[in-house]
Amino acid sequence: MADKPIQGEKRVFMTGNEVVAWAALAAQADIMYGYPITPQNEIMHYWTRMAPKFGKRFLQTEDELSAGFTTLGGVLAGRRAFTATAGPGNTLMQEPMSMAEMMRIPSVVVIQQRGGPSTATVIYSQQEVTMTAYGGNGEGFRIVYSTGTHQELFDYTIKAFNTAWKYRFPTFVLGDGYQAKMRESLTIYDPQDKGMEMVKTEAFIGKEPVNGIKEPNHIRNTYNTEEELFDVLAKYMEDYLKIAPEIVEYQEFDCDDADLVVVSHGVVSRAAKGAVQELRSEGYKVGYFRPITLRPFPAEQLRAVADKTKTLLLVESAYGQMAKLVKDAIFGSTVAIENLFKPGVGITSEEVVDKVKGLL
Amino acid sequence: MTSIPQMPKSWRLETKPHKFCPGCGHGLVLKALGEAIDELGIQDKVIFGCDIGCSLLAWDFFNVDTVQTHHGRTTPVVTGVKRANPDTICIAYMGDGGGYAIGSQHLVNAAARNERITAILVNNCNYAMTGGQMAPTTLPGMKTETSPYGRDIKEAGYPTQGPEMVAAITRDGSYVARGTIANLKQLKGYFKKALENQMAGNGFSFVEALASCPTNWRTNAKDTWNFVEKEMPKYFKVGEIKNPAEKEGE
Ligand SMILES: Cc1ncc(C[n+]2csc(CCOP(=O)(O)OP(=O)(O)O)c2C)c(N)n1
Ligand code: SF4
Ligand SMILES: [Mg+2]
Repeated sequence: MADKPIQGEKRVFMTGNEVVAWAALAAQADIMYGYPITPQNEIMHYWTRMAPKFGKRFLQTEDELSAGFTTLGGVLAGRRAFTATAGPGNTLMQEPMSMAEMMRIPSVVVIQQRGGPSTATVIYSQQEVTMTAYGGNGEGFRIVYSTGTHQELFDYTIKAFNTAWKYRFPTFVLGDGYQAKMRESLTIYDPQDKGMEMVKTEAFIGKEPVNGIKEPNHIRNTYNTEEELFDVLAKYMEDYLKIAPEIVEYQEFDCDDADLVVVSHGVVSRAAKGAVQELRSEGYKVGYFRPITLRPFPAEQLRAVADKTKTLLLVESAYGQMAKLVKDAIFGSTVAIENLFKPGVGITSEEVVDKVKGLL
Repeated sequence: MTSIPQMPKSWRLETKPHKFCPGCGHGLVLKALGEAIDELGIQDKVIFGCDIGCSLLAWDFFNVDTVQTHHGRTTPVVTGVKRANPDTICIAYMGDGGGYAIGSQHLVNAAARNERITAILVNNCNYAMTGGQMAPTTLPGMKTETSPYGRDIKEAGYPTQGPEMVAAITRDGSYVARGTIANLKQLKGYFKKALENQMAGNGFSFVEALASCPTNWRTNAKDTWNFVEKEMPKYFKVGEIKNPAEKEGE
């Protein structure tokens, strides 16, 4: 069996799907379960080529319901298990993930967003924000990282395993078809060599007896009374509220004196960043804000920005899914809101620049 | 003979008496399963997955690691466990609606992949937990809440022949049988063979158990037994369908 997948660190040039497979290996993921769907297929392709060399496993399931539920089985057995999907597969993935929410199963799912509704395009969108962040029935708690670069895909895929296992909430890495398929430079590394410890996993079921005594575990998702359920959910709510400030991540710059702040997430934030830098160099007072965690959302931080500026320009490759999160976060603010929505279509920095110039 | 019914060692005493209705087949099926687990001495290795259906009531039934899943999804959950930790002995316990309708793709594909798990399906000819609707196994002419004039085979087709289907799509190594609560000794024997088949690493094992649901059938004790013993076997033939162990002995 080969040693560590990555020794030290290495500069590479690869597609985002390949990055995810490497990141899962580097994170010492034990098993991937998956069902083919574009644009995430190559995660499985790279995983199935590399994983066996390191004693890791793969199961190709019959659909995403099964990919999700087998992943939960793998996690319950105490393994770092994950799956990846997109679009209509993400729809099916919501049923198992609602079980993960109810039972606090630390599963990791990578979503590479594609166009919707329905089969739509296999290419790109940011239209799976609402579903990835809030797709379960009931009101479960989960964590969603929206990445924008290949370096982030690598970093946050590793981080997702640690977040999931540390806090015991299902965790998602939200990418998209552009990130999945495009090639870009990044540094891959072994987390341990960087002083990052992987959070230890633990079997919920199938644990070895201790001193010859087996204490069976009984885990359920069904409750008998409203009060019984409420007690469980109240505890989850409390836990989530407590840890949210530790989990929340965002980026901002040039917001202090800005007349307008561009808000975007994921790959679109690259265009937004370029646009804000260009506009600043031309003397426009423009700022940049980007939530990295869509759930929990950096509400306080955005609220502080909204209190300082006159206009928020919300830019996304969707018809207002991030916008809903933003408006919820800044409820009560009197800041003006403008939109640049292009559902299922990429956004360039020129478009953002033009839009801002039209507004200022 | 003692008049006190013996509880299997693997049963969890704190949760007895169990929560099934009086005369329910689930309790008997789980008795046979408990005895099979006891006789094989595998209590510490078993992972028991229960479906949503009346089987959900079994979430704290055994003194074994147990996970309650979603309706139809027990097969993939225990498949995931087994794939991740092959040292476990995994049981997926489900109803006929769970196994043959909403989760049929999982049953079919787990069988086709020859997953090293044991699926146990309770055939009570209806969706019991939700109040007695027509199931894939509802007999022709049988009245249910959604077939109030009796199952019309022209509209609804014939009852699913589950073990026969599983037998048809599996190759070497799978164990397939249909037992009944009317013959618990035989049923226990099937469970043991199904579990041994998994333990030997041969492949998928599947046992359907014909079972009673007096609550939704609205039958008294006599009619309940008559239905289990006489009516159900007319469509659902009891016996072993596939046994890899026997083949070796030839
Ligand atoms: C996705 C989903 N659809 C429907 C239900 C509602 N439901 C709960 S139990 C059940 C039927 C159970 O019937 P069966 O599997 O035959 O088990 P039984 O209760 O008869 O033992 C249904 C339809 C559900 N829980 N989940
Ligand atoms: S409804 Fe039927 S299957 Fe369910 S517990 Fe009662 S008798 Fe058993
Ligand atoms: Mg049933």
